[in-house]
Amino acid sequence: MQFFFEVLIGGLLSGVMYSLVALGFVLIYKASGVLNFAQGAMVYFAALSLVGFMGLGAPMWLAVILAFATMVVFGTLTERLVLRKMVNQAPIALFMATIGLAFFIEGLAPLIWGNQPRALDIGLVDEPIEAILTAANMVISKFDLAAAGLAALLVTGLALFFQYTRVGRALRAVADDHQAALSIGIPLQHIWVLVWAVAGFVALVAGMLWGARGGVQFALTFTALKALPVLILGGFTSIPGAIVGGLIIGASEKLAEIYIPPVLQSLFGGNFGGIEGWFPYILALLFLLVRPEGLFGERHIDRV
Amino acid sequence: MFYRETGQFKTSYAADQQIFPIRQDRIGVGLVLLLAFLVVPLTADEYWFAAILTPFLIFALAALGLNILTGYAGQLSLGSAAFMAIGAYAAYNFQLRVEGIPILASFACAGLTAAMVGILFGLPSLRIKGFYLAVATLAAQFFIVWCLTKFPWLSNNSSSGVISAQKIVIFGYVFDGERDKYLLVLSIVTLLALAAKNMVRSNTGRCWMAVRDMDVAAEVIGIPLLRTKLLAFAVSSFYCGVAGALYAFCYLGSVEPDGFSLDMSFKILFMIIIGGVGSILGSFLGAAFILLLPIFLDNTLPPLAHLLHLPFDNAAVSHIQMMVFGTLIMFFLVVEPHGLARLWQIAKEKLRLWPFPH
Repeated sequence: MQFFFEVLIGGLLSGVMYSLVALGFVLIYKASGVLNFAQGAMVYFAALSLVGFMGLGAPMWLAVILAFATMVVFGTLTERLVLRKMVNQAPIALFMATIGLAFFIEGLAPLIWGNQPRALDIGLVDEPIEAILTAANMVISKFDLAAAGLAALLVTGLALFFQYTRVGRALRAVADDHQAALSIGIPLQHIWVLVWAVAGFVALVAGMLWGARGGVQFALTFTALKALPVLILGGFTSIPGAIVGGLIIGASEKLAEIYIPPVLQSLFGGNFGGIEGWFPYILALLFLLVRPEGLFGERHIDRV
Repeated sequence: MFYRETGQFKTSYAADQQIFPIRQDRIGVGLVLLLAFLVVPLTADEYWFAAILTPFLIFALAALGLNILTGYAGQLSLGSAAFMAIGAYAAYNFQLRVEGIPILASFACAGLTAAMVGILFGLPSLRIKGFYLAVATLAAQFFIVWCLTKFPWLSNNSSSGVISAQKIVIFGYVFDGERDKYLLVLSIVTLLALAAKNMVRSNTGRCWMAVRDMDVAAEVIGIPLLRTKLLAFAVSSFYCGVAGALYAFCYLGSVEPDGFSLDMSFKILFMIIIGGVGSILGSFLGAAFILLLPIFLDNTLPPLAHLLHLPFDNAAVSHIQMMVFGTLIMFFLVVEPHGLARLWQIAKEKLRLWPFPH
């Protein structure tokens, strides 16, 4: 039972890391209706830029600012060169364009900064918390806890921003209807640049945490694949959905990895590890059959 | 001047309904087939068959399959490589476990197996659409590849799921030369492409397009959504499955599940975006483009870098390749969403009036 809780908590904490990436997707989807497949590549690019600037001798704070600036420039260019020209095209075409964007970044980032895996030290250590280890004999990583705290902070901030500020309201208006938003005087293009900048910032935070954990390397782009089931579970438009979805996916995936393979093994023989790769997807898929718009997604009514 | 359909009168229903109603098209297709079946086998060498022509045809078939689903029925799929994997493994197992089954029958059965799995993963499309569905097809991609790796029965207990394709024997004739394999692949692809061309202009194809353009409206005018969507999934998976079987038997010889990765699915998706979404010809053009581009870059980049005195290594080539792929995808989606096939269509319209456009 204790082992169960340890796995559960570990899963929940890693789920927070998934939500962090999923958050970037939600932000852009909310504001422009684009499912940005390149978010994972952006995480990689942001983390690599951060490490790159630190490698050039910049102190941590300056490197963060520079990496953020890079992401803002990058987001602006994307908006200007690709998205602006694709207004009014089918959402699925925009989605495919972001797949292209992901490939572009995945080529560009290592070309600029080199493709060796690099370590990133942000002052957090990945070691168990002594107090919990002695009191309950459970391994809970300090790093995971700090990451979860940071993610919670970010989400609360963003949720408040979306709900209560003028810009946040404008963002939601744009997401609802581009034309209506334009007609009441909301500057569409500024809003999009802004939202790509915020998504870049979220990517940077996610990249810092993931990078500090497993090194800054190409595998960071796969975080997007971890975040997608989180998104469909939570609904594309909901920030709390991204968090709850992340927690559910994180916990269930770790539990499945521990408890399902032995069952399969006793049935068929052989080794059945690596369930983590597909389990979240199947879970999300089954869930979708019951609620097609996700946990917190907006119900969509089709009209002819 | 050369491409003008005036004066070609149809005097029977059969003539009116033929697949290629314009005479120039018929001649053109005939010439292409003649070239592919006669001239190429007599002139090309082993390298061309093994490294370019055979994979081109196989990927064109897979792209055709995806195009039926995405281009005609409007359901984006990111799992086409997984269905190719099913085809490859099913063909292998049919050959291995069914006594005396002809190879062509096992290719067909491989396609049918893929179609059945396709229907299974197509079921969610009735409840969910758009992005949700695209993500759901990723489930197929990961789950299928995992199954093929982990269940030893599927790969006859070989380590890490690698299978070696059996010999291809048809009526006692052994297809082991590259030219033989090319001709076999070409025949199958030609047949299936003509079938697809015919299918998309029939009632089935029109139903698919109606569903693509607006599924609610399609349902209102009495098109059964369930049957139409599932049929699209089945046919698409059948094509991908056959392509996968050919990929294992005629191209690589031995394959492993991880070879059918998400990257391969994306590659097939890129083929139809660049070639032309919703076009049979586009699948071929896109496959040729995507396969030839890396070869072109491999050959041009190093001399170019040498010319400009830039430091250069192999990793950089692959990075630049990715950037070029990404840029091209975005470029095509922005500038010409209907791809190379649309350019060809524009060229034909120009040819109709050339050289006196007014």
